[in-house]
Amino acid sequence: MSAALPVVARGLVKRYGEIAAVDGVDLSVEPGDVFGYLGPNGAGKTSSLRMLLGLIRPTAGEALLFGRDPLRDGARALDGVAGFVEGPRFYPYLSGRRNLRLLADYDEPASRSRIDEVLETVELRDRAKDRVGGYSHGMRQRLGIAASLLRDPKLLLLDEPATGLDPAGMRDMRDLIRRLAQNGLTIMLSSHLLNEVEELCNRVAIIRKGRIIYQGGLHELMGQAAGGYQLRTPELERARTICLNQNGITEVALDGESLNFVADEDAVGALSIALGQARVPILKLAPHGDSLEDLFLQLTGGESSDHDREAVAS
Amino acid sequence: MTGVARIYRWEIAKLAAQKRTLLGLGGASIVPVIFVVVLQIQSGGPNDVPLGRYIRDSGLVTPFVVLLFMSIWGLPLIAALVAGDIVAAESHNGTLKTILTRSRDRGQVFVGKVLASFTYTTLVVFAMGLIGVAAGSIAWGFNPFTSLSGTRVSAGTGFALLLVSLAVYLVPLLAIASFGLFLSTTTRNSAGSVVGTLMWALLMQLIGVLPGTETIRPYLLGTQFDAWHGLLRTPTDWSPIVRALWLSALYAGIPLAVAYLVFLRRDVAGD
Repeated sequence: MSAALPVVARGLVKRYGEIAAVDGVDLSVEPGDVFGYLGPNGAGKTSSLRMLLGLIRPTAGEALLFGRDPLRDGARALDGVAGFVEGPRFYPYLSGRRNLRLLADYDEPASRSRIDEVLETVELRDRAKDRVGGYSHGMRQRLGIAASLLRDPKLLLLDEPATGLDPAGMRDMRDLIRRLAQNGLTIMLSSHLLNEVEELCNRVAIIRKGRIIYQGGLHELMGQAAGGYQLRTPELERARTICLNQNGITEVALDGESLNFVADEDAVGALSIALGQARVPILKLAPHGDSLEDLFLQLTGGESSDHDREAVAS
Repeated sequence: MTGVARIYRWEIAKLAAQKRTLLGLGGASIVPVIFVVVLQIQSGGPNDVPLGRYIRDSGLVTPFVVLLFMSIWGLPLIAALVAGDIVAAESHNGTLKTILTRSRDRGQVFVGKVLASFTYTTLVVFAMGLIGVAAGSIAWGFNPFTSLSGTRVSAGTGFALLLVSLAVYLVPLLAIASFGLFLSTTTRNSAGSVVGTLMWALLMQLIGVLPGTETIRPYLLGTQFDAWHGLLRTPTDWSPIVRALWLSALYAGIPLAVAYLVFLRRDVAGD
């Protein structure tokens, strides 16, 4: 048997009274993954991460980090693991650096020597002397990453790391996560932002109402989502006839000035040749831009993410 | 340094950085000074309490008399201010999950918090006592005084008796702090825990003054705040002191044990 996987969850359940926040979740994260944990707000992402970190007790099932159970092994289960849920929290009356010193002492004091290095990594060295109470949201998120890196982890668990950041802050956060992944860290991050997951992750799990409804490679997921193509041509009727007679092209439908159909990439290639041979001009032949978004909405039953909900509420 | 020692050091640092700690310590320090200043301005005295008649004989009497006044709610409130807050505040502002996702077990974190809140409580009692002697001695001198059984006590012996009395007085106050820690852990609400702890302390005093409670009176926590009187008698009356020790251990041990078990198992999630 190979070494234990960074994250394994088996039949994880968390019930609050009648409500099951997490309802039988199975997950596995492989070494080197940047694993996206995707779902609408209230779907059970944060509760799952809390159980992984040993902050709350599962009602049933188990969560293992490198084969160790936080319930059974206590703090030792978090060896090589770091992260935060619901945004990192610090002592507002202490400076950024003192917060990190405190946390180093809650690990091994030797990790104090890494404080400058991790502050540098998240570009907070200039502000380390200031009280955290005066930090912006983005700076706190970055300090959260720094506090996690202080543990020199092999696995990073991040709960919506880019939420609430402005566009520049989001870009910086994604760059940082990408850099960390390139350095060999295994990262599991929850998100309700599809483009974030699409940009960063190689594998994803989609959770809805406490249950996993998809788990696997991002490309396979995109493959499921993909297949929807749009063809624009001035000769719609002739193109339609060709499409209907072409192998592997299905669900051909006229949509205003263009044709929509479903096909895999090989069939699309063959179609373009057929169109060319028939001297039908191609103005545009491309996959639907937001197919993953469509699939996500389809899989999650069209629930809006909390982002949208907030926008509606405010 | 072991893990608990490092946690303890940071718990003290956190307390030192918070206003409520300084408020409590400042309050305990200023009360004896105000007491002395008022008695300097006015001619009367606290004649209806033990030792009250001798208040102007020696500065050593000041802390004893102040202790009598402060045990009803003053010192329990000051102890509760920190003990009731020390777990609940971290629960509320989310830092509990920050420190519980490091390499220390929950048991160690809890022990660190208990020790820190006991340290603060100790500091408060001794600060009040020693500032009381200092203020009183400036006003009336560091003189011999008359003890509760009417014998003359030299200034040196009196000072030693004061230190032991403060230690004996501290014991039931630590039991109050333990109750504060229990509420702080179980309710996760700082204000509620502080008020609840004060209510508990007042209830223990109140039951003691009701008619018909004579038989249980020696076993109430409130009564233990008078145990140090035994030190100011000749010969020394050890029985209330011994009782205060084991009873306070019970009054402290039970809530602390429950709080410990709750802390080990509880869910740490947002409010």
